Amino acid sequence: MRFATSPAPFVYAGCSVPRVMFQVLLALAPVAAVQVALYGPGLLLQLAIALPTALACEALAMRLRGREARVALGDGSVLVTAALLALSVTPLAPWWLTFAGVAVAVLLGKHVYGGLGHNPFNPAMVGYAAMLVSFPLAMSRWPVPLDAANTDWPSLAIHSWHAFLGMASPADFDAWTGATALDALRSGLAQRYTMEEIATRSGLGPLAGAGSQWVNLAALAGGACLLLRGVVRWHIPASMLAGLALPAAVMHALDPGAYPGPVFECFSGAAMLGAFFIATDPVTAATSDRGRLAYGAGIGFLTWVIRHCGGYPDGVAFAVLTMNLAAPLIDRWTIPRIHGHPR
Amino acid sequence: MAHNRPRGLELPAHKAVASTAPIGTAPAPSVAALALDQGSGRAARAVVAPGDRVRVGTRIAVATDPSTTSVHAPVAGRVLAIETRPTPSGDGPCILIENDGSDEREAAPLAWPGLEPAALVAALGDAGMAGYGGAAFPAAPKLAAARRHAARHLVLNGAECEPWICCDDALMRARAHDVVLGAQVLMHAMGAERCTVAIQDDKPEATAAVQAAVEAAADARIAIAAVSACYPAGAERLLLEAVTGIEVPHGTWPSTSGLLCQNVGTAAAAAGVVRGEPVTSRVVTVTGSGVARPGNLYARLGTPVSTLVEACGGYTDRPLRLIAGGSMMGRALATDEVPVTLALNCLLVATAGDLVERGTEYACIRCGDCADVCPTRLLPQQLLRGVVANDPDVLERHGLTDCIECGCCDYVCPSAIPLTARFRAARAEARVRESARWRADDLRDRYARHGQRLEAASEAERRAFENARDRARGQGG
Repeated sequence: MRFATSPAPFVYAGCSVPRVMFQVLLALAPVAAVQVALYGPGLLLQLAIALPTALACEALAMRLRGREARVALGDGSVLVTAALLALSVTPLAPWWLTFAGVAVAVLLGKHVYGGLGHNPFNPAMVGYAAMLVSFPLAMSRWPVPLDAANTDWPSLAIHSWHAFLGMASPADFDAWTGATALDALRSGLAQRYTMEEIATRSGLGPLAGAGSQWVNLAALAGGACLLLRGVVRWHIPASMLAGLALPAAVMHALDPGAYPGPVFECFSGAAMLGAFFIATDPVTAATSDRGRLAYGAGIGFLTWVIRHCGGYPDGVAFAVLTMNLAAPLIDRWTIPRIHGHPR
Repeated sequence: MAHNRPRGLELPAHKAVASTAPIGTAPAPSVAALALDQGSGRAARAVVAPGDRVRVGTRIAVATDPSTTSVHAPVAGRVLAIETRPTPSGDGPCILIENDGSDEREAAPLAWPGLEPAALVAALGDAGMAGYGGAAFPAAPKLAAARRHAARHLVLNGAECEPWICCDDALMRARAHDVVLGAQVLMHAMGAERCTVAIQDDKPEATAAVQAAVEAAADARIAIAAVSACYPAGAERLLLEAVTGIEVPHGTWPSTSGLLCQNVGTAAAAAGVVRGEPVTSRVVTVTGSGVARPGNLYARLGTPVSTLVEACGGYTDRPLRLIAGGSMMGRALATDEVPVTLALNCLLVATAGDLVERGTEYACIRCGDCADVCPTRLLPQQLLRGVVANDPDVLERHGLTDCIECGCCDYVCPSAIPLTARFRAARAEARVRESARWRADDLRDRYARHGQRLEAASEAERRAFENARDRARGQGG
């Protein structure tokens, strides 16, 4: 009797890249829900432009590269990139900004290097950095969170829609937006206010910014799910948060008036989203356990440095991109000891 | 070892399927096909010719170097031919013997306790002893190396960690006395002071049987160690570390660390050898949903595996794969007309329900799931980059030659990349590259020496000429 052959092994655990990506998308849902609840439905508009754009760019790139588009579209990675970008930009971003950011992320951040698995930089952060550098004003217009403003959800919806279509005037934005916690901190400190004054002036919550603390909590919850499901490992989130909290704790202890504490740092801006969803992108991160610890710690530390010594209110994107550059070197230095090799 | 995570996989064992019934006996083949390579990768030299009469136990091929094993006739009869045939490890030369059914025997028992250890090692080698664990590595060179390095600790591998395979379990249950006797023989041969029988903790019956046999033999040198029932706990170097705490250094044999590892089946075979029975059979697990009555069989070497399947009630419905070995490291056979070899521990007749299809292949996303399960702590994701880039430096840095090809990385890979197959191919390529380099170096060396010889010759000639000229001038002057 004849039989078909194939190489060993003949059994598999049955995990797949699309399933991994799907779980990441699912874990982003709480973040999205909180953002929609606090800042209005702008995020949904951003997703509505980001996701189709990402799929179209992916298909186009595969076509240009002469590859089968179906597998690449099916792996789900481009949806994660698009979702992360949509969550990172302000809900009041005009459609063309998100469109351009996603196109840069997918085409220049991913496919020029050979697509999934070959890109040295986190594609979402490439797109975000391009948008931030090119359109700093549009990127900084965050709406005042719902519970802190004298506004309501329906009017937030209308504002978002106007902003999305690019029909809002600068005066509209002045009325609708407010400084984010990190913005308030930066400008407050520049004007020589103390931390307490800034906190009362700009209405901070118990952890951090009145809105951003909830978004960060949601990201922490989603990230915890990913940890429990084994989709991400603890090394990068833990070391990134430690790398951010440690300098914050030291500087806060030395000069509490000029530096916020570790809790504020970890629940502000993109800290939690970065720790669990962005820095953990395995393609662009260091790959051994020790390497991941070093990589995460580097991102955390650089985030703190950029926040307090750099030119941007938040530093996660640039910290991630910088450490992406360092990942191959970290990998080189942190090869685990192989069984039977000298210690 | 503080930061060493538990490695490997916990896999469904599928062993009860075949291990519940006593060991059966496969019918003797009408024509036995004895592969000259019983699984170690190198063929022995045939010492019979077509037409020769052989008896059970007649040596029909001899070992020519330390990686070959001598082969003995498992049936009495006439040698039909020596020809290339499919074997479980690929096509290779086989000696075909027509069975006359007489089972006439050649038997020469060894007076082993009185035998010099070195002579015992030689006798075990002559009897065709090789590892029963699946690699069929010849036993005598390992024993000799253990003697040379004064290795004092024999570890008998009864872990049998791979799913489906249960021939060692069955053997330990049925012939524990032979395992213990064989342990004593091997200890005498290598000069060991103690022996540990390592058995996975999911085999309580086998453990109890061996325990009883050790007590009956009243040999305080032999102990039993339970090892955890995860895959691949039975891989030689990992088992030695689990049992003795000694991590055998890369690039050395266990004997240099004072250890020797042999399969429990090898020990049982050693007991047979001292009784005067050369290696001519082994226990084979015939299992899977594709066979009617799964079980373990004593099978003579050279028996077609189709005969084994028939002895187990034949195929049920159309099986998907016929696998020599288990579901993780086995080799898919193209035909059931291959003979049993010493390396064939299991014949897995798998239907679609027994196996999992490999999924769609995606690019490596470096998730590191493979590194988490790699029992030798490699980074398969980085090795793969080395393979793709064909960069020998990266491959060496990341320990390509330390890969034991257990398949754990394949099992968990979400991108369904055939990692083990690619590493195996890269290794073969590296070997080719190495031997090409060796040959080039050799040729360059020879050329240089040739040049030196020519130079020396011409120098001598010149000197002889000058001497003669000087002499002639002297006479003339």
